[in-house]
Amino acid sequence: MKRFIGFVKKEFLHIFRDYRTLFILFGIPAAQILIFGYAVSMDIKNAGIAILDLSHDEITQKLTDKLISSDFFRETENLLNYNDIDKVFKKGKTKAVIVFEQGFGKKLISQGKASLSIIADGSEPNTATLVTNYTMAIVNSFTTELAGPVTTPSISILPEVKMFYNPELKSHFMFVPGVITLILILICALMTSVTITREKEFGTMEVLLVSPLRPIQIILGKVMPYFILSLINVIMILLLSWLVFGLPVKGSIILLLAECMLYIMMSLTLGILISTVSSSMQQAIFISLIGLMLPTILLSGFIFPIENMPVIYDYVSAVLPPRYFITIIKNIMIKGTGLAFVWKETLILTIMTMVFIGLSVRKFKIRLE
Amino acid sequence: MQNIIESEGICKKFGDTEALKNISFSVNEGDIFGFIGPDGAGKTTLFRIITTLLVQDEGDLKVLGLDAIKDYKELRKNIGYMPGRFSLYQDLSVEENLNFYATVFGTSVKENYELISDIYSHIEPFKKRLAGKLSGGMKQKLALSCALIHKPRLLVLDEPTTGVDAVSRSEFWSMLSKLREHNITILVSTPYMDEAMRCDNIALIQNGNILSINTPVKVKEGFSRKLFRVRADEKYKLITALRKYPQTLSAYPFGDSVHVTLIDDQIDKLFYLFLNEAGLKGVTVEETAANIEDRFLELMEKA
Amino acid sequence: MMNNTVISVKNMVKKFGHFTANDNLNFEVYKGEIFGFLGANGAGKTTAIRILSGLSEPTSGEVIVAGFNARHQAEKIKKNIGYMCQKFSLYEDLTVKENITLYGGIYGMSRDLIRKRTNELLEKLKFHEYENRIIADLPLGLKQKLAFSVAVLHEPKIVFLDEPTGGVDPITRRQFWEMIYQTAEMGITVFVTTHYMDEAEYCDRISIMSDGKIVALDTPENLKNKYHAGSVEEVFIKIARPANN
Repeated sequence: MKRFIGFVKKEFLHIFRDYRTLFILFGIPAAQILIFGYAVSMDIKNAGIAILDLSHDEITQKLTDKLISSDFFRETENLLNYNDIDKVFKKGKTKAVIVFEQGFGKKLISQGKASLSIIADGSEPNTATLVTNYTMAIVNSFTTELAGPVTTPSISILPEVKMFYNPELKSHFMFVPGVITLILILICALMTSVTITREKEFGTMEVLLVSPLRPIQIILGKVMPYFILSLINVIMILLLSWLVFGLPVKGSIILLLAECMLYIMMSLTLGILISTVSSSMQQAIFISLIGLMLPTILLSGFIFPIENMPVIYDYVSAVLPPRYFITIIKNIMIKGTGLAFVWKETLILTIMTMVFIGLSVRKFKIRLE
Repeated sequence: MQNIIESEGICKKFGDTEALKNISFSVNEGDIFGFIGPDGAGKTTLFRIITTLLVQDEGDLKVLGLDAIKDYKELRKNIGYMPGRFSLYQDLSVEENLNFYATVFGTSVKENYELISDIYSHIEPFKKRLAGKLSGGMKQKLALSCALIHKPRLLVLDEPTTGVDAVSRSEFWSMLSKLREHNITILVSTPYMDEAMRCDNIALIQNGNILSINTPVKVKEGFSRKLFRVRADEKYKLITALRKYPQTLSAYPFGDSVHVTLIDDQIDKLFYLFLNEAGLKGVTVEETAANIEDRFLELMEKA
Repeated sequence: MMNNTVISVKNMVKKFGHFTANDNLNFEVYKGEIFGFLGANGAGKTTAIRILSGLSEPTSGEVIVAGFNARHQAEKIKKNIGYMCQKFSLYEDLTVKENITLYGGIYGMSRDLIRKRTNELLEKLKFHEYENRIIADLPLGLKQKLAFSVAVLHEPKIVFLDEPTGGVDPITRRQFWEMIYQTAEMGITVFVTTHYMDEAEYCDRISIMSDGKIVALDTPENLKNKYHAGSVEEVFIKIARPANN
């Protein structure tokens, strides 16, 4: 028993002397609670909806007002015809389009029923479902108000729900692009950060430094093989998701692969940057996996839409590369957009990559101190 | 003959610890220059400064006629470095390691093969084996081959024989001596005092200070007193007794005997009497010449 | 087995797959002896020591250490021996005192006994000023001396030292060996491996391993005479071949 207690005491001593471990033990749970508490909200706030009003009467106006004046929605655009729907979804700010049929008000008064279409952006299944439900709730409340104090309302509005891009509302339309984003950045950053710190730890880096090799040669030399392998990896994942989940690539495959190459390059150089601030493989693995994983899952818009989070998370998310790539990959795969709609995100990723390379070369230690 | 290394007043601190204090020395071309001293003496720090991996806090250092700080890029092309741990790629084969280093230095194994052939021939039969699966002695030979493959003018070896058995150590030094034929200057560090004798010039280093610099013979001859070799049947008893003897200045075990220095440099009847009274039998005494380690111990005590 | 035989090895073989690391070893070690275990790297020394210290089982043969059988009673062996390997015996982020207390606890010593021995130890090594210093901050020589003291804290029958003086300065090395002598005088058997050939001369008897076999076993004096060598190093160079595995 004495031995056991002595041993336990020693373990406590080790832990308290290692500030990094303490930080993990206490810091991470606290951070998680905070992030989860705020970021994860199953409610909608200010979700963008567009109105396609083919009737333009008093009733549609009243219902529109009711929808927009609620905290849940705000109006993004007023559409003119059905062709505009695809365009407005590609822009990304609209989560659902409410379509009032022609002669909506008249039909409602004279026949007692009129139909309303809720066309939701199926590329974000969770949001789509929420938006649809909230809309229907508001519509029901409107119907009740209109009917007046009667037990059985004689008027009803029948909402027809359609999911754009994802008619069967398959959740893997949301997951697979998100998982690709997550996996690529984690694995790529992990691989390059580890390979450099491994040389440092094993002492082979010393010999490399006392040689004609320049830092940029070492960096690019480390990146090249992983780049090629990751590309093969991506093709394999896309094939799998198509074969197994039926996930299509609506847009240009070439554009998709080009964007993937950009993202892979960005992730690999991010790994190099991580290696310049890590002194051991353990540290590198830690920063690459844990440092990148949680923010990517929680704050990139992968599962939880960024619009639902407090503004400050929006700013934090703005420096996370995965956020931009998720938009790109969803747009191309599910909405079938071209470069025109994702040029901003592409540019940002390109700039990030160049910054990472530049910083890595700068911070690459040519000496041992 | 040019001085391959010229060092003047090198100082280096790590936090509060002074790793090197005012190190000044020079190395002639074609020499084997040894830094002899235990762990923590500062050998690795000094070698890292010479190979441009660290920068000194104070002092001037010229290597191959170039300034070690400013001209580091040029220097790194002309130095062969074998750091303390076996820094080869464990998951690459013998052949692959050698080819890699040859390519990095812009040469090929074929080009300089005759330079390393004596060394490499020992491990060539195993050239497809992974470096991680080699024995200590073989790893040493491979590391040396990789450091030499580009025919550097200066070869820097940091404790190449540490942790290796006596036979491999001896072989290694024979290989180094042969390299002299190619006019390669060799800077080597070791904690084994007996290896000092195989260098052209040595510096004894302890706690960041150079205790003595000269040829091994002259360093030995620097021993300031008469040295006596005392033997008896019971070694530990002998040491204890000698320490108690009032005339003893120092008494250190050396293999099967004890090396003793006395205050008046004399062994007299009292000495034998004293040991006899202590119950020691079979006492023999002979005067002997000091070796490097004796000198090192003497200098350590003075410091 | 004689009363003062603390280690008895008969026909010990250790194989790893097809590779024979220890090939039919036979030897005895007596109480209070300083026994030097020499050999080239890869000769099989580490394998043999691991078996003797209860860390691994022999493939065949009879190995008795401190009265216990290495095959069936390895746990009992571990309780009766001390072990010091070259650089990793003490916890670098704990203090001197914490390390001593910890190991005392692991050896099953009572708190009073630990306290008593701690004080004796600190007194003998003149370590009181270092009591609360973290091991990582101590110079190598002090670490080695402390590691050795901790290995014999519980006064075991045998202590195994695996290259205890690697890299240490010549004065500290000798002080270390004086500690070994004192320990042997107390009746504790010291089983030591080393690459310093002059240290081999400090031993009462030495054995030299080569390619998994013992090729020499005697007092340093006898071996030198037998091989007409002036030093153990010469003997070693004559008969020990570095392994080419």
